[in-house]
Parts: sequence; structure tokens; C-alpha cells
Amino acid sequence: MAVQDLLRQRFFPHMWCPGCGHGTVLNSLLRAVLELGLSKNEIVMTSGIGCSARISGYVDFHSLHTLHGRALAFATGVKLSKPELTLLVPMGDGDALAIGGNHFIHAARRNIDITAIVMNNRIYGMTGGQFSPLSGIGVKATTAPYSTIDNNFDVVELATAAGATFVARSTTYHARECTELIKKAILHKGFSVVEILSQCPTHFGRKNREGDAGQMLENYKKITAKRGSKALEENPGLIGRGIFVEKEKPEYCQEYEKTIALAMKGAGR
Amino acid sequence: MAKKVLKQLIINRDWCKGCGICVKFCPRQVLELDGKDKSVCMRPEACICCMMCELRCPDLAIEIIIGQGGQEEDE
Ligand SMILES: Cc1ncc(C[n+]2csc(CCOP(=O)(O)OP(=O)(O)O)c2C)c(N)n1
Ligand code: SF4
Ligand code: SF4
Ligand code: SF4
Repeated sequence: MAVQDLLRQRFFPHMWCPGCGHGTVLNSLLRAVLELGLSKNEIVMTSGIGCSARISGYVDFHSLHTLHGRALAFATGVKLSKPELTLLVPMGDGDALAIGGNHFIHAARRNIDITAIVMNNRIYGMTGGQFSPLSGIGVKATTAPYSTIDNNFDVVELATAAGATFVARSTTYHARECTELIKKAILHKGFSVVEILSQCPTHFGRKNREGDAGQMLENYKKITAKRGSKALEENPGLIGRGIFVEKEKPEYCQEYEKTIALAMKGAGR
Repeated sequence: MAKKVLKQLIINRDWCKGCGICVKFCPRQVLELDGKDKSVCMRPEACICCMMCELRCPDLAIEIIIGQGGQEEDE
């Protein structure tokens, strides 16, 4: 089987702009599925709204294209009713952490076995380039013509504090690393978060003079370093890549099974 | 282990959007954009089959097919 066999090819070429990082996230994710040997039939992808969220239309898995910010809520429902399925939830930074921020922290807190992928382009791509909670200070956006004054969330720190039991970060420049991290995230039993820095040359790149897609990728190489590397140790200003959290904790659906068993015995009556 | 050799480099011209990512990051300058802004394989003999063009392509438009070095016959 090839990567192309996991696509709904009738919808290609896809709608993303030339050089959009979201396509590379799709590419890396499909390779993770392929290399793990998962069958299409055991995977459910839920997504919200955004350029990023269009990803669920392109994969030949079970898919739900839902409401802005609500991908994790739908995924939680699917997972609780059919815990044997693998839930993949790619989200934009706005989708995951602005409108969907509450669902994000509570899914992490429950440690439900879902793989969340934050496709972080630091902007609202679909609606024309408004700033997001991940833009950070000093970013130009249609809603910040004089540049932003808002602090950004750090996805890794937020997910960790909220209780996610697998947390990792990479970029679309590091495509092979993305595939490895997504594989580990899928295999992990519990709530997994993989943040992938993903370029939006059309809005973020243009407004912030970051150049074309190639130059934005070059920048990801420059501003990040692997966890545990000398480069990161010597330059704490760099953004770390790799696995930040990987720990065991009771998983929500398994705990819920126990509650069901108790209820069936008549306990609690 | 036999050296990897390129058997075929397939570019899906209907899907390629000419972003130039594959061209920019190929370590051996194998690829170029043509007049229609589509990626084309200009120097297949230089390809080291690192796969990075295929893995990074946002449009899933590249496929690298690898053969075995030192063998003439097709697999
Ligand atoms: C309830 C609701 N509010 C607002 C919108 C408008 N809207 C559509 S996409 C989007 C943000 C997209 O940004 P992001 O999630 O970061 O994804 P990207 O497009 O950058 O991939 C917004 C605000 C909506 N569709 N629904
Ligand atoms: S607007 Fe930005 S995020 Fe949306 S498809 Fe274009 S490059 Fe990608
Ligand atoms: S990376 Fe893909 S879409 Fe971009 S130019 Fe190369 S083949 Fe075309
Ligand atoms: S496989 Fe590597 S060397 Fe060959 S064309 Fe692609 S990027 Fe260049």
C-alpha cells in the first residue's frame, strides 16, 4: 500500500495554497498510519473548521468534519462509544486553542485516548489572517495592523499542565520527525498532543515578511533545535523539538468501563 | 547493504502547485521548476534517494521509487 491509497484522490489537487504546511502535515500523518499498518476502517478523524480542518475530507478513513473548535468534543463522543477505534484529531491553532481551548484542556485532563495534532501556523488562515492565541507578541495580522500585544500560549506547556500524557513538537521542515512523533502519539494510550509548526505563506508569511514557503521552512530549521541537543542547551531562545512528556496514567475509557461494570452489578443504587 | 539507486521519480503534474519546496531542499539539485511552474526531474542520476522531496511535498505529488544498486534487472 502507498500513501496515495489512504487519500480520497477524487478531491485532489487539494484546496490548500501552494506551499501550505498543512499538506505536509497530511503527508507525515499518512505515513505514520501506513508505517503502523493500521487499517483504514479502525481510524476515525474528526476536525473542526479552518484550512487545517479540511484535512478530514482528504483522508480515506471514517471522518467527521464538524464545528469550529469542537473536533475534540465529537472525538470524545466517538471514542467513548467505540473505544476500540483510533481517534485522530488535527486542528488549527485557532480551532484548538481559541474557540476550542476549553475542549482541549478538558480532553487533556481526562486523559482520553485521542491523538490531537495542532497544525500551528500562528494565524487564522481560512478567514483571512486574524491573529490567534498562538501568534505571540509583535506579529502582524489583519486584526493587528500595528502588530500584536498579546502573549501566546505555549502548546507544550499548556497540554502538559492540563494533564496530557504524551506531548511532542516538531515542524513541517522536519517531516520525517513528524511521522515518528505521530506514530508514538498514536501508540500511546492516553491523550497525546503533537504540535507541528506549519507555514501559512499566504497570510502569516506575507504579512510578516517571512518570504515564501521555502524561506519559512528554512526559518523553522533556524529557530528550533532537538531536545537534549547542545544547540538547544547553548541557545535557550530556540524552540525545542521532540518528546516533552511520555507517561502512564489511567485512561478515561478504561476507567469508564469500570464504572459501567459497577453500575451493572447494582452498586451505587 | 546495497546502495540505493533511483528507479523512478514520479511527479504528478496535476497535483504539483509549484511551491518549490522540493527544488529548494534537494541536497543534489535533482529537481527544477519548468516554465509552467511544475517540478521536473532534471538530474535523476544525482539523486541519493533521501526521500525528503517526497516527504515534504505539501501536495503529495512526488513518489520516489527505489531500486537496488549494482543490479540491472527490474524487481
Ligand atoms: C463558531 C464559529 N466561529 C467563527 C468561525 C469563523 N472561522 C472559520 S475558520 C476560523 C479560524 C481558522 O483558524 P485556525 O483554526 O487557526 O485554522 P487555519 O485556517 O489557520 O488552518 C474562524 C474564526 C466559524 N466558522 N465558526
Ligand atoms: S490560507 Fe494559509 S493556512 Fe490556509 S491554505 Fe492558504 S497557506 Fe494554508
Ligand atoms: S514540493 Fe510538491 S507541490 Fe511543491 S513544487 Fe515540489 S512537487 Fe510541486
Ligand atoms: S530523493 Fe532526495 S536527492 Fe532525490 S530528488 Fe528527492 S530530495 Fe533530491
